[in-house]
Amino acid sequence: MTFDLTTFDLTAMPTTFDLLHLILAGAALLFLILGVTKRSGSSADAAAPVSHAPSSVSDKTLTPEPEPESTPEPAPALLREASPEAALQLLSLLQQEARLIDFVKEDLSGFSDADIGAAARVVHEGSLKALNSYFTLVPVRDEAEESQITLAEGFDASEVRLTGNVVGQAPFTGTLVHRGWKVAEVTLPKLAEGHDARVIAPAEVEL
Amino acid sequence: MIFGRKKTLSQPVVSESAPREAVTHQETGEPRYSVGIDLGTTHCVLSYVDLQDEDASPNPQIMPIPQLTTPGSVEEKNQLPSFLYQAHDAELATADLALPWNAQPPALVGTLARNLGGKTPIRLVSSAKSWLCHGGVDCYSNFLPLNGPEEVAKVSPFEATCQYLDHLRCAWDQHFPDQHLVAQDVTITVPASFDPAARELTAEAARQVGFQHLTLLEEPLAAVYSWLESSGDHWRQQVRVGDIILVVDIGGGTTDLSLVAVTEEAGNLALNRLAVGDHILLGGDNMDLALAYRINAKLAKEGKRLQPWQIQAITHACRDAKESLLSDPDVLDVPIVVPSRGSSLMGGTLRTELTRQEVEETLVEGFFPRVSVQDHPAQQARAALSQLGLPYAQDPGVSRHLAAFLSRQHSAAEELLGQPGGSFIKPTALLFNGGVLKAPTLAARTQDIINSWLTDAGAEPAKRLQGLDLDLAVASGAAYYGCVRKGKGMRIRGGIASAYYVGIESSMPAIPGMEPPLEALCVAPFGMEEGSSVEVPSREFGLVVGDPVRFRFFGSTTRREDIAGTHLDYWEPEELDELPEIQATLPLEGRSPGEVVPVRLAARITEVGTLCLEAIPREGSERWQIEFEVRDNP
Repeated sequence: MTFDLTTFDLTAMPTTFDLLHLILAGAALLFLILGVTKRSGSSADAAAPVSHAPSSVSDKTLTPEPEPESTPEPAPALLREASPEAALQLLSLLQQEARLIDFVKEDLSGFSDADIGAAARVVHEGSLKALNSYFTLVPVRDEAEESQITLAEGFDASEVRLTGNVVGQAPFTGTLVHRGWKVAEVTLPKLAEGHDARVIAPAEVEL
Repeated sequence: MIFGRKKTLSQPVVSESAPREAVTHQETGEPRYSVGIDLGTTHCVLSYVDLQDEDASPNPQIMPIPQLTTPGSVEEKNQLPSFLYQAHDAELATADLALPWNAQPPALVGTLARNLGGKTPIRLVSSAKSWLCHGGVDCYSNFLPLNGPEEVAKVSPFEATCQYLDHLRCAWDQHFPDQHLVAQDVTITVPASFDPAARELTAEAARQVGFQHLTLLEEPLAAVYSWLESSGDHWRQQVRVGDIILVVDIGGGTTDLSLVAVTEEAGNLALNRLAVGDHILLGGDNMDLALAYRINAKLAKEGKRLQPWQIQAITHACRDAKESLLSDPDVLDVPIVVPSRGSSLMGGTLRTELTRQEVEETLVEGFFPRVSVQDHPAQQARAALSQLGLPYAQDPGVSRHLAAFLSRQHSAAEELLGQPGGSFIKPTALLFNGGVLKAPTLAARTQDIINSWLTDAGAEPAKRLQGLDLDLAVASGAAYYGCVRKGKGMRIRGGIASAYYVGIESSMPAIPGMEPPLEALCVAPFGMEEGSSVEVPSREFGLVVGDPVRFRFFGSTTRREDIAGTHLDYWEPEELDELPEIQATLPLEGRSPGEVVPVRLAARITEVGTLCLEAIPREGSERWQIEFEVRDNP
């Protein structure tokens, strides 16, 4: 898995929809869910600010812990068990608001781009509504993309990823490729004790 | 349908959850907070001010209300939708109904209730507030949901109101565990057009929930208070003596109009409420529905037939689309997409668009037509009193209702400001409130229409007073009013906005085929203030002990000169509105059944803000209350 939160960018949503973009958009959302929910832990504590950057998700859970070279025996990494409740809750919210599961699970071959575009509006509008309702998303860097920025010594490596010609010591000067996204605040609905979160969309029977 | 004859309260409707003993511990203490509750037709909002805060300018806060949004999930929202859902036993798991303060709440209200009701309308109780001021029904009898089948448990409009208030109470008590809501200074807003019975029902619901310090406030006045609060001391620069402020409040379900005059008292500016409009059941929901039917018609032309659930989804989509079309002049059309109900999005998704032209034709021209000030809505027959169902406004033209109100109140400012009336009263300032007028196009249109009337009459155009949050202003204004009552701000004077009369059949020889002519006796004059009372001189009624006696009851928002005891034997039909009958019953205590006791009538405006009519016997010091809630079918 090589996706992390920074690949999700609402402003980069294509204005005209084609199949590839849609699948990309769907996949990006799905990874956002996985990324955010793995970090956010128990859903009951909904108001807990996650200021310590979900962008560090990839460091902790997706890339192997760097092995200290001095010790021959690798120390056991402390990996936390993510609670599935919050992940399931977010899936449920995105299904309710945006029909995300319906959309991603559907076989799109054989449908015209116009049909897919109409459905994509449902997913896009709903996802945006859900994201805005439950997350306060802010860019990690406020500078314009493609501009030159300088990173002072001691910058937060979990917030800024260095790529390319990574040599020498800070301060580093380079081009801001992506501004990054950070969740400043999460306010997920609280779940009842006996609520079965695995049912993300109940079957509906009209009488 | 059978409506109960008597006021029957089955059991306390308040939930048992909150610790009741805590209620008593502070009864002796002063309330800590002033709480404003906007008990709306479609939404409730709660706002509060800390009275111990010595800050010179009180700053009302909105309290987010925890509520179920989907089964098993509780979210905090600023608004609590005023809906009650009577779920089927098999419909929801008990665990999924838990609220933070009660694992098994007695009622399901708020967002989830509204959403479930969207798909199962036969179990949804809505618009309870509109029923409270409906003439033809007993609001204590259980008949909502109106068209629900037999097996759906019915509640009364009164009980539904109690449930909304009780939800707010529990939410507050959870948020402020040491300061129970019932012990705070609570101001509940009611439409200015609510009749005495509807006000009394609202106050009674609040008493039922346990509120100890209650005041009622008219919604348009709450909006003015919110404007006063948000402009701080600058309001004195925005208006001057002689200004007449027209408050236009178009909410989800109702349109409410009021006039407030700026006068001078001992060198200071003062505000006086001059007049209030009729109860008009016309609001934003009508507009969304109108757009949905327009789209329905468009799709029907293309040969697509919509199912009811699709029309409902379109109504929702139109609400958002309308907002973006009305606020951004560059947007020409907004797509409306209704996904299929099944799990396949591709097959059944319906796509169309709402265009700027459609919105302008349907909303701007349909609801805000450019009319002259002489153009009034067709007079509604008073048959509405007996018909079952809410008396929705027949004429959707808000501008015609406005024209009628201004014309009807043409002389309202004569006495106070010494301004000659003309054919309609001429406001000099406008204060808009309610979700509908959030749309800049509709607000500008309303202002345009009023100003065209003013210009045609040779008057200056009215300016708009700014600075309200149109969704939350009423609750904030109500909370602020609590501070005003404590002397921290400017109070708007006005008293009751209507004079009240009882009907008396003239004593004259019976003439076959002719009803004895009706005379009206003024029992409560226009402008009576809270806490004041009047006795009606000159006229005694003989009441039969143990036998309920009914009086026809009238209100007038235009007869300002009549004093208690004024006897009318003739009036213009539009001057007096007939209200539901009122009833006096003399208890048997110490008297023999059938005895006739001569009584006089007296009127009192309670501290809460409700009208209280009493019968006083010639001898003795007893007083018997005259009941308003006698709206059963005799």
